[in-house]
Amino acid sequence: MSEIVIKVENISKLYRLGIISHNTLYQDIQSKWARLRGAEDPNTPIDQLNSGFKSNECECFWALKNISFDVRKGEILGIIGRNGAGKSTLLKILSRVTAPTEGKIKIKGRIASLLEVGTGFHPELTGRENVFLNGAILGMTKQEISEKFDDIVAFAEVEKFIDTPVKRYSSGMYVRLAFAVAAHLEPEILIVDEVLAVGDARFQKKCIGKMGEVAGEGRTVLFVSHNMNAVKNLCGKVILLEAGNLVYEGDTHKGIAQYVNEDRIETTTLDEEYLNSIMTGLILERNPTVRFQQITISDINGTERATFRSDEEIKITMRYRCYTKVTNLRLLITVLDSEGNRIMNTLNYDDESVVSKNELNPGVFTSICTFPKNLFGENRFYLSFSMINDYAEHINIEKGMFFDILFYSMSSYLEKLYENTCIRPLLKWTTYVE
Amino acid sequence: MKEDTEWTMEIHSRSGWFNIDLAELWRYRDLIILFVRREFVAVYKQTILGPAWFLLPPLFTAIVFAIIFGSIARIPTDGQPPVLFYLAGIIAWTYFSNCMTATSNTFIANSGIFGKVYFPRLVIPVSIVIVNIFSFLIQFGLFLIIYLYYLISGAPISPNIWLCLVPLLLIQMAALGLGMGILISSLTTRYRDLTFALGCGIQLWMYATPIVYPLSQVPHQWIWLISLNPMTAVVESFRFAFLGSGMIQSWQIVLSLVITAFILFLGIVFFSKVERSFMDTV
Repeated sequence: MSEIVIKVENISKLYRLGIISHNTLYQDIQSKWARLRGAEDPNTPIDQLNSGFKSNECECFWALKNISFDVRKGEILGIIGRNGAGKSTLLKILSRVTAPTEGKIKIKGRIASLLEVGTGFHPELTGRENVFLNGAILGMTKQEISEKFDDIVAFAEVEKFIDTPVKRYSSGMYVRLAFAVAAHLEPEILIVDEVLAVGDARFQKKCIGKMGEVAGEGRTVLFVSHNMNAVKNLCGKVILLEAGNLVYEGDTHKGIAQYVNEDRIETTTLDEEYLNSIMTGLILERNPTVRFQQITISDINGTERATFRSDEEIKITMRYRCYTKVTNLRLLITVLDSEGNRIMNTLNYDDESVVSKNELNPGVFTSICTFPKNLFGENRFYLSFSMINDYAEHINIEKGMFFDILFYSMSSYLEKLYENTCIRPLLKWTTYVE
Repeated sequence: MKEDTEWTMEIHSRSGWFNIDLAELWRYRDLIILFVRREFVAVYKQTILGPAWFLLPPLFTAIVFAIIFGSIARIPTDGQPPVLFYLAGIIAWTYFSNCMTATSNTFIANSGIFGKVYFPRLVIPVSIVIVNIFSFLIQFGLFLIIYLYYLISGAPISPNIWLCLVPLLLIQMAALGLGMGILISSLTTRYRDLTFALGCGIQLWMYATPIVYPLSQVPHQWIWLISLNPMTAVVESFRFAFLGSGMIQSWQIVLSLVITAFILFLGIVFFSKVERSFMDTV
C-alpha cells in the first residue's frame, strides 16, 4: 500500500442561507441599537416573530456532514453523487477556495485544482500571454511554464495563432488552449471537476488519455464527474456523496451501481405537475403544443404496481394533451438498466394505424404500450419517455420511473444462473438422443 | 504506515486572527507580475489616446483649482505658482485614491476567479497598486515638465535634498492605499452599501488633506486633527521636496507612518479573515 497523501478528517460545511448577503451596514447598526435598548429588532422577519424562532436557528444548511476519507498516492479517486450532494463543496474546500466549518484536511505534496479551464484568461492578451497567466494562476512558476510551453501549444494545436489575442480565437481553440495549460500542470495531486466535457469528441478522447497518463506517473487525481463511463474507465476507487453525507467508499463498480440505484420511492403514477417539473429537452414555455398529463405503470389488468415477475406483461399508459393540431407525433419509451445503459427503445410507430394516419386534433389522448412477458431478466429497469412534435417540441422525461423484475418460484441455485442479465426471453430448446 | 511524516499543508476550520503567509505571497511573485501586465494591457490596448487619459484629468483639475481656490477664493499657496502647487497635491492624491478605489472591490470584482482557484488573494490588490504606479509616473512626467518650466523661468521654488525621499513617499502612499482598499473590500463583502459611501468619503478626505490649501493656513488649534490624516504629511512632504515650502514637522511624519502601518496591518487582518469565507457570502 502506498502512503496516504490526503487525509480528510470530519469535514463539515455549514452554509447560512440568505441572511448574510442581504444586510446593509445601516440595518446591522439598527439591529444592534435596538438590542442595546432592549427593544424588538426591527429587521427580524415577521414569520419568525410569530412562530418564536430565533433568527439564527433555521436558515442554516449543512452542505457536508462529517466527511472522512483517505486518498493514497497514485490513486484516481472518483467523487460521485447527485447535484447538490456536496461534491462541489468538497472540491472547493480541498482546493482552498473556501474554508470548512469544522474538521481538517492534511495534504502531502503540491496540489492544483481545475474547477474550470481558462481561469483568468483575458481576451486582449495573446495566446502566449494567457498561457503564462493561466499557468501562474494554477500555481506554476514562470520557469516551469517556459519549459512546457512548446508542449502546451502543440497539445492545443494552435501553433499558428499563439501570438494572436485570444478574442480572435474560435471557441474550440480557446477551450483547447485552456485545457492544454491545465493538462501540463505537474502537481503531485490534481483535482479535476468535469472539465472533460469540453471540446469535440476527438479532443475529449485526448484529454481522457492525458488524465490516465497523469495517474500512470504516480500522481494522485481526484475526479468529479457525472459521466459514469469516464469514472469507470479512470477511477480505481470512488466515494459516493448523498445530501452531504459520505454513503459509500470503495470499489468503483459497486459505488456506481449504488449511485444509480439510489433507493427511490417506488412510483407507479407520475402526475402532470411532477412531469412538468422534471421535463427537459426542447420546450416552448409560452405556447405548449403537447404535454404529458399522466404516466402509469401497471399489470395487464390495470392494477398499478412496479414489481413484476418475468412472466407477466407490463402495461405503460401515457395520457397527454395536444394544445394545437399535431401531426406525426412520436412517443418513445427507452428502457435502461441499473447502470444507465440503454437496453431498448420502442416507438408508437409500432402501431400501424399511427403510421397511416398520425394527425391529432386538440384534446387529450391515451397511448398504451405493453411489454410482453418473458422479455426482461431479473433486474431493476428505468424508463425514460420522450414525446416529439417535429419542428416544435421535444419533451424528455428522463428516468421518470423504474420497475423491478423478480424471480419467481425457482430454487436459489437456478436463480443464480439467471442473475445479472437484462433480458430473459423464453427460447425454444430441444434435446434429443443421437 | 508512514502516516506521521510531515504534511505539506493543513486545511483547518478555524484560523488565527493573523493568517497571512507572506512567504507564500513571495512565491507567487510571477503571478503578481503577470497580473500587472494583464491590467496594463487591458487598460491601454483598448484606448486610442492611451496615456493621454491619465494626463488630462489632473491638468484640468489643477487649472480649475487655480481659478477657483487661487484667483477667486484667494487661498494662499505659500508663495508658489498655483498650478504647480495644486498639481503636486493632485498627482500624489490621485495615486493614493486610485489605489484605494481599485483595491476596494477586490473580492466582488474577482469573485469569479476566486471561486475557481486558490492563490494568495493579496496578489490581486498588490498587483493593482503596482499597475497604478504607471499612471502615477505618466502624471509625474507631466508635473516634471511644468516644474522645469517654472524652475527655468525663475519661480521661487527650491528643490532640496528631500527629493531623495520621494520614492519612499510613493511606497507609503501605496501601503496606505492598499491598507484602506483591502479594509474596505473586506467590509464590502458583508456591507454592500459601503461602496456608495466610498465615493463620497474620498471626496471629503481630499478636502481634509492640504491639497487646495497649504498646511500653514490651518488654524493652530486644528493642526493635531489634520495631522491624524496620514495623507497630510505625505502631501506636504511631497511638496516640500520639490518646492521647498511648507511647514511639515518630523512628529507629523512619524505619526503619519505609524497610522499608515496600523491601517495596513488592520487591512491585512480583516482581509485574511474574509478571504477564507467570502465565497460563501458573495
